[in-house]
Amino acid sequence: MSPRPKRLRRMSKPPVIAGLKPYGITDGMPHNQTIFLHFEEYEAIRLCDVEQMNHADAALEMGISRPTLTRIYASARGKIGQALVLGQTLIIEGGKVYFDSHWFTCAGCGCYFNHAHDEPHPERCALCGSRHISPFQYENPQN
Amino acid sequence: MKIAITASGNHPEATLDQRFARCAWFVIYDDATQSTEFIANPNLNAVEGAGPAAVQFLASLQVQKIVSGEFGAKIKPLLDNLKIQMVVMKQPETTVAGILNLLQNQN
Repeated sequence: MSPRPKRLRRMSKPPVIAGLKPYGITDGMPHNQTIFLHFEEYEAIRLCDVEQMNHADAALEMGISRPTLTRIYASARGKIGQALVLGQTLIIEGGKVYFDSHWFTCAGCGCYFNHAHDEPHPERCALCGSRHISPFQYENPQN
Repeated sequence: MKIAITASGNHPEATLDQRFARCAWFVIYDDATQSTEFIANPNLNAVEGAGPAAVQFLASLQVQKIVSGEFGAKIKPLLDNLKIQMVVMKQPETTVAGILNLLQNQN
């Protein structure tokens, strides 16, 4: 029997770097090992430590359950700690994620369009220019 | 700004193709010059990877917005990275001329 498939984790945007490299090695020993931080672990760190969300809110944001988020977060902390203490290269790669942006729906022409997270809220429909737009409500399958 | 529309034929009365990567024609509309251009989809009969190939093709034309009926699961992250906006039109009877009309009368 194969294990139950993992639910896809939602991410708002990809990380700005591909990884982190140690510098100024003090014990003269080369540390060539790399450690792979998954995208979902990066996102958990971003939400919990940078955005200062609690685990329940962060889990909602990623479309997963609270215990799953806590497990991902714990694993992320473990990997980051290991990279820091052992002087390993950290590469952000892999994981079961999908990227998400804000979606809007227009009452004028009936279309849906998306908008990047880091840009200001749009005022007009991307297709017909109508001002009658509203954020698209998608249901979170967890709640 | 250049806008791509997926079309099922190479004339303005053709309907919007509901599939993004396997549409028959791409209509490239440039709102600076108000010009439209019909380009046959080079990846129409690709066995696999039609989505990423179509994204690459449109990105090479500097398209910033794509109007289509549906986008595959592999397409979204690619377009998000390239900052190309997706517009989903779920009405299969919409024609290319109708979309162009909406785009031209924006404001």
